[in-house]
Amino acid sequence: MKFTTLLASAAMALGLATGAMAQDKTKVGFVYVGPVGDGGWTYEHNKGRLAVEEEFGDKVETVFVESVPEGPDAERVMTQMALEGADLIFTTSFGYMDPTINVAKKFPNVKFEHATGYKTADNVSVYSARFYEGRAVQGHIAGNMTKSNIIGYIGSYPIPEVIRGINSAYLHAKKVNPDVEFKIVWAYTWFDPAKEADAAKVLIEQGADVILQHTDSTAPQAAAQEAGNVVTFGQASDMSEYAPFPRVSSIIDDWAPYYIARTQAVMDGTWESVNTWDGIREGMVAIGEISDAVPADVKEEALALKAAMAAGEYHPFTGPINKQDGSAWLAEGEVADDGTLAGMNFYIKGLEGDIPQ
Amino acid sequence: MDLGEINPVLLVASLMVAATPLLLAAIGELVVEKAGVLNLGVEGMMIVGAISGFAISVETGSPWLGFIAAAIGGAVLSLLFVLLTQFALANQVASGLALTLFGLGFSALMGQSYVGIKPPSMGDIHIPLLSDIPVAGPILFQHDPILYVGIAIIAAVWATLKYTRVGLILRAVGENHDAAHALGYKVIKIRIMAILFGGACAGLGGAYISLIRVPQWTEGMTAGVGWIALALVVFASWKPWRVLLGAYLFGGITVLQLNLQAAGVAIPVEYLAMSPYIITILVLVILSADKSSAPASLGRTFHASL
Repeated sequence: MKFTTLLASAAMALGLATGAMAQDKTKVGFVYVGPVGDGGWTYEHNKGRLAVEEEFGDKVETVFVESVPEGPDAERVMTQMALEGADLIFTTSFGYMDPTINVAKKFPNVKFEHATGYKTADNVSVYSARFYEGRAVQGHIAGNMTKSNIIGYIGSYPIPEVIRGINSAYLHAKKVNPDVEFKIVWAYTWFDPAKEADAAKVLIEQGADVILQHTDSTAPQAAAQEAGNVVTFGQASDMSEYAPFPRVSSIIDDWAPYYIARTQAVMDGTWESVNTWDGIREGMVAIGEISDAVPADVKEEALALKAAMAAGEYHPFTGPINKQDGSAWLAEGEVADDGTLAGMNFYIKGLEGDIPQ
Repeated sequence: MDLGEINPVLLVASLMVAATPLLLAAIGELVVEKAGVLNLGVEGMMIVGAISGFAISVETGSPWLGFIAAAIGGAVLSLLFVLLTQFALANQVASGLALTLFGLGFSALMGQSYVGIKPPSMGDIHIPLLSDIPVAGPILFQHDPILYVGIAIIAAVWATLKYTRVGLILRAVGENHDAAHALGYKVIKIRIMAILFGGACAGLGGAYISLIRVPQWTEGMTAGVGWIALALVVFASWKPWRVLLGAYLFGGITVLQLNLQAAGVAIPVEYLAMSPYIITILVLVILSADKSSAPASLGRTFHASL
């Protein structure tokens, strides 16, 4: 039984190899949730795609489909890509998780890579970045910058990735400013400039003078710029067109090294299903330049915080931390394990409101 | 939860901004329907207006030129509807739907190179003294010019329909096009003018979203406002001031529900998100109990020889 499976897969690998040889090119597909020009999340994934093209030149062919809704459409797009001979498909949004698994079942020879999810299969890897490390730096700056002590947070969907970000930012803002308060608005979209702008305006009207966003467009930046005295941070991309103010820093996702490595693995035939979760240390999360609008000492502290995380000396979720309801989560000095972080569905102590179910 | 954090003055000021795209699109459609034509292409004309206005104001650096271009863009698209329904005598419902689908696709194509760009800002009118009045100042005198244009259009449409001969003729065409034709009015010509006006208003409404409310261009950014405008005209019983009321109500609850969320009110977000639709419909249905009815020829094809 085992032997036959081995034979079958060897034959398949051979077939794939010759097939690949016949095509002479490795075809890599990308499924994007927003337009490549969103200036945020999808923009960075597309930069990763372009880096793959640059790295491998003629040996690789990349295709992408942008603005694919998370749902049945995603499945259709992925199936189409697989049918057109893609060897490796990156699906770059949390909501593509089940579609990716479904399509992967139908195409056992095609490798899939799903961003920010947690379901794997023999031909499905998952990869994500430890954005919460960047959120720690943001929270530190935000806590120092706010004068009204109200920080607005535009959430996309109440999923662990977003909740982690809120917790991490809050924790570090609270550390430097015990009076800080978070106001959270759920936009229920990754990318809808009109909704994001409305949410930002409402938060500003309610006194927030720092806006953090977990949505992908630059609309909140524009709203902050109009308001004049509101601090923002670039999300997923540098958003430097709004620097030095309102955008005082940013979290930048750098997918290029990962995309290149995985494409190489497919070419070499060494691709395996893995679960990658890299952070500042590996370079998957970068902190955009902290502008001069931030006082020098705060900037220095923020950079020190970043350096400590890069060196692996500091984990953003280090106890003592209690949950919102007051129950203990992490004891003094205890560090959160990846399993809890990956499924995080609770606020930490001090945050107000409930997570929508 | 602290409702005291919601500033009512700012709330009213921002609801006016949120309502303006809807208001512009709806008043245009009201005139079209008063002339007896049902144009379901509002969403398509809005989105084409949004990208025309955005592109032109980015290229020229002038938001005013952008708004003019948006009105022209919306009107040009409505010309397609004119050709289909007034000359080819096609079904108005089908033609309108086609217009919306076409407009959404076409605008996405036109907007390819405009994603992620910042448009020039129009700036708010600041009238010394008036703008500084507490409460009334921020609500009434600190907005962008287009918002006032929107209210002016409502007033003008109301006055024209109610008091002028042009308005009377337009209504006659909408109520009974055969009779109007028998009286010697150019039914087709009048309807074409009305459709173009509707297109221009929808275009303005679209550009208001892409140039002032957001301001940015993205595919499909009108997000259904055109459809709400269509419903609003019906629920407002084809009365201009009720359109204004309905638009402000809708805009108001849209803004209010975000405010409630930010203030931490413990109502599930889903209920808050659906509240603008439900409350607006409820209020307008109650208002329309006065039995005012649709223009009698609404949606019917006119042919002079029949």
